[in-house]
Amino acid sequence: MPKPKIRKEAVPMPKQPPKERADNFREVAIGYSEEQALAEAERCLQCREAPCVKGCPVEVDIPTFIKLIRERRFGEAAMKIKEKNSLPAVCGRVCPQEEQCQAKCTVGRIGEPTSIGRLERFVADWERQHGCEIPQKCPTTGKKVAIVGAGPAGLTVAADLIKLGHEVTIFEALHKPGGVLTYGIPEFRLPKKIVEAEAEYIEKLGVTLKTNALIGRLYTIAELLRQFDAVFIGSGAGPPTFMGIPGENLCGIYSANEYLIRVNLMRSYDFPKAGTPICGGEEVAVVGGGNVAMDSARCALRLGAKDVKIVYRRSREEMPARIEEIENAEEEGIRFEFLTSPKRFIGNERRRVKAMECVRMRLGEPDDSGRRRPVPIEGSNFMVDVDIVIMAVGRTPNPIIKQTTEGLETTKWGGIVTDEDGKTSIEGVYAGGDIVTGESTVISAMGAGRRAARAIHEFLMKKETCARKKRNV
Amino acid sequence: MYKILAKRELAPHINLFEFSAGEVSAKTKPGQFVILRIDEDGERIPLTIADADPGKGTIAVACHGVGKTTTQLGRLKEGDFVLDLLGPLGKPARIEKFGTVLCVGGGVMVAPLHFQAKAFREAGNNVIGIVGATTRDHLIFLEEMENTCNHLLVATDDGTKGHKGMDFLKDLIKETKIDRVVAEGPVVMMKAVSDLTRQHGIPTMVNLIPIMVDGMGMCGACRVTVDGKTLFACVDGLEFDGHQVDFDELLARLKVYTPQEKLAYVFSEQGERN
Ligand SMILES: Cc1cc2nc3c(=O)[nH]c(=O)nc-3n(C[C@H](O)[C@H](O)[C@H](O)COP(=O)(O)OP(=O)(O)OC[C@H]3O[C@@H](n4cnc5c(N)ncnc54)[C@H](O)[C@@H]3O)c2cc1C
Ligand SMILES: Cc1cc2nc3c(=O)[nH]c(=O)nc-3n(C[C@H](O)[C@H](O)[C@H](O)COP(=O)(O)OP(=O)(O)OC[C@H]3O[C@@H](n4cnc5c(N)ncnc54)[C@H](O)[C@@H]3O)c2cc1C
Ligand code: SF4
Ligand code: SF4
Ligand code: FES
Repeated sequence: MPKPKIRKEAVPMPKQPPKERADNFREVAIGYSEEQALAEAERCLQCREAPCVKGCPVEVDIPTFIKLIRERRFGEAAMKIKEKNSLPAVCGRVCPQEEQCQAKCTVGRIGEPTSIGRLERFVADWERQHGCEIPQKCPTTGKKVAIVGAGPAGLTVAADLIKLGHEVTIFEALHKPGGVLTYGIPEFRLPKKIVEAEAEYIEKLGVTLKTNALIGRLYTIAELLRQFDAVFIGSGAGPPTFMGIPGENLCGIYSANEYLIRVNLMRSYDFPKAGTPICGGEEVAVVGGGNVAMDSARCALRLGAKDVKIVYRRSREEMPARIEEIENAEEEGIRFEFLTSPKRFIGNERRRVKAMECVRMRLGEPDDSGRRRPVPIEGSNFMVDVDIVIMAVGRTPNPIIKQTTEGLETTKWGGIVTDEDGKTSIEGVYAGGDIVTGESTVISAMGAGRRAARAIHEFLMKKETCARKKRNV
Repeated sequence: MYKILAKRELAPHINLFEFSAGEVSAKTKPGQFVILRIDEDGERIPLTIADADPGKGTIAVACHGVGKTTTQLGRLKEGDFVLDLLGPLGKPARIEKFGTVLCVGGGVMVAPLHFQAKAFREAGNNVIGIVGATTRDHLIFLEEMENTCNHLLVATDDGTKGHKGMDFLKDLIKETKIDRVVAEGPVVMMKAVSDLTRQHGIPTMVNLIPIMVDGMGMCGACRVTVDGKTLFACVDGLEFDGHQVDFDELLARLKVYTPQEKLAYVFSEQGERN
């Protein structure tokens, strides 16, 4: 049989043109049409070994869902993905596919890999527009589980456990569910109505969602254990890190977290209709090189800044942000100052930041993480005019639960210690996501949630058997 | 949704609200606060809890209408609702038997200070209260403080009632043995009190209210410098050692949004009139 010819190039993702999108918060990537999706699905070789599946942290059955697309069975394709990944519309948009599923794709050896993420997004969007089926639930077990935090980790645990027949309550501190998906990742990369739809789906399954509930203050973990049979902690990353250099508390210096919460959760871009203000700024510097830095810079641009630069202490190759997002940022006109680090901030008489002193760096010996350590170049200091600075240099785990939970083992940096399955040092208490691993990805938080849900289910059923045995005696 | 069960005008533009918030009231201790949001477009505003009644399932807050959101809240009536109410937030104030405790309150913050004063009294302290305001009509909670404190003093900036200004405090501190001072009110007032007590080595706690967004330690908007270290008021406070606080930084940071706030206020008032 002659081998079918595979096009080397992927069907490109239609996008808003850079000039146009730099002014609005609408989604940058528009999404495949049905024809485009079908054409891209044709590029999949349906490999028997399916190396792509091994690249996905939750092992989505990629060849099968792509086959279903080819057969135009889009709803079934969505169900197939949802067997492993309960938030496909999100992951299709924000997964670092180039390092995960697509990195392993066979087609990638001869050309561009199959666009698994874009196809995943396509079927999820199709399903949302056509109404989705509510899966069958197991008979109720009478067991109650409390979940702390409605981020990707918590939402995954909730969906998995309710399907197994347990009663699930999520406690979320903010007024909206979604975690970083809601307050961090901007609208133009992940529209909030998608996150809302995903959260609604989980509520439709029967999960009780309690917003405005900060665990540690409203209820402690010990108190939850009195009302629930098990607890899952998915409280994510917390306080922003600063560099500890002079002038960091000047007005106009934001943490990326604050900047993004104002813009995304509170919709400051719609001020004064939405009540929360933000200082847009004309000359904005963003310090950092991850997704958080890219998102902050691109928000600043959309808020009307004249000049936005990203100041990063290593070189382009070491930047942890997704390649796609670095390219998007560049297209939109964001400038990059590589091998540069701030030394101090200078304020005016009203304590507003007006300049920042930087130093050039060079890359020295590799450090513990294997990346080459940046070393300052003596005498290379220079000044940059700024009126807004956004610090995107990392976050530490939220301390409230640690402070209020006796006997909960944590690491030196404040993360919760768990085994492979998410079991913590307290019986019946599980944890997963960024609170355990430090800042990671949406899909790995969901993977952790999935493993924890499995472990919690086993724990609850074992407890049930023990209880039954006791009753029989 | 959280219902307003009662509303009482304490002074022009200052109202005391009683909210139905059963779970919150059961956990509240003096010194803690809530963050509320009136509606879907609303800003999250922090307000300090002025009382809690777990039996009735209520908490009380006093709110001074100074800008868009607080004015909007002031227009709500008994039976109205706010969309979100998160709390209790922050660490409880340290309430112990210290001996003689001087509670200095200014403006709207006298109401939450009263909640602390009550707890100090119950803990067996001799409580001296000072209620201050710009002018006589803005004095609030006089009766409540009178009933709670062993002694009560009144001060106004313009001298229309009680002492004129805070100068009398110098003598009071010299003449009376005071073991602890707690101040809650405008930043300039807390700064002045701290400067004074520093000279006499009297431990002084101030309740800091920088600009906040989430109120749960995620955004860093509320950072304050205390003893040279950056702390987050929403999780490390609200109570801090007044002798170590960088008040000037706090004052500057509170003004960051002044232009935007004015704009929002004008827009919302126009909307209200149309
Ligand atoms: C700006 C930004 C951009 C990113 N971009 C990407 C990307 O493109 N791709 C990608 O894969 N990953 C990205 N990430 C990382 C990813 O979002 C996180 O790894 C992931 O969201 C972690 O999920 P989680 O469920 O562990 O925690 P979170 O998403 O942080 O959710 C935790 C939730 O718990 C709540 N909570 C915290 N404490 C309490 C408490 N005590 N009581 C009740 N509720 C509490 C919080 O309010 C929050 O809603 C990005 C992160 C940021 C900040
Ligand atoms: C922890 C905390 C507890 C608080 N408790 C109370 C309380 O019990 N009663 C009460 O009336 N107010 C309290 N405040 C202040 C209150 O939250 C602000 O007045 C409110 O957010 C202003 O919103 P606005 O939209 O009405 O006014 P805006 O238009 O936002 O501001 C109007 C004016 O208020 C000032 N302002 C803004 N934010 C603050 C702030 N955080 N602190 C002081 N001044 C501010 C601005 O500089 C401006 O001059 C508290 C603040 C914090 C942080
Ligand atoms: S979940 Fe992410 S990694 Fe897995 S298949 Fe989908 S896009 Fe790829
Ligand atoms: S590796 Fe690529 S070509 Fe092969 S099944 Fe997976 S997506 Fe299709
Ligand atoms: S208000 Fe966000 S960290 Fe304190």
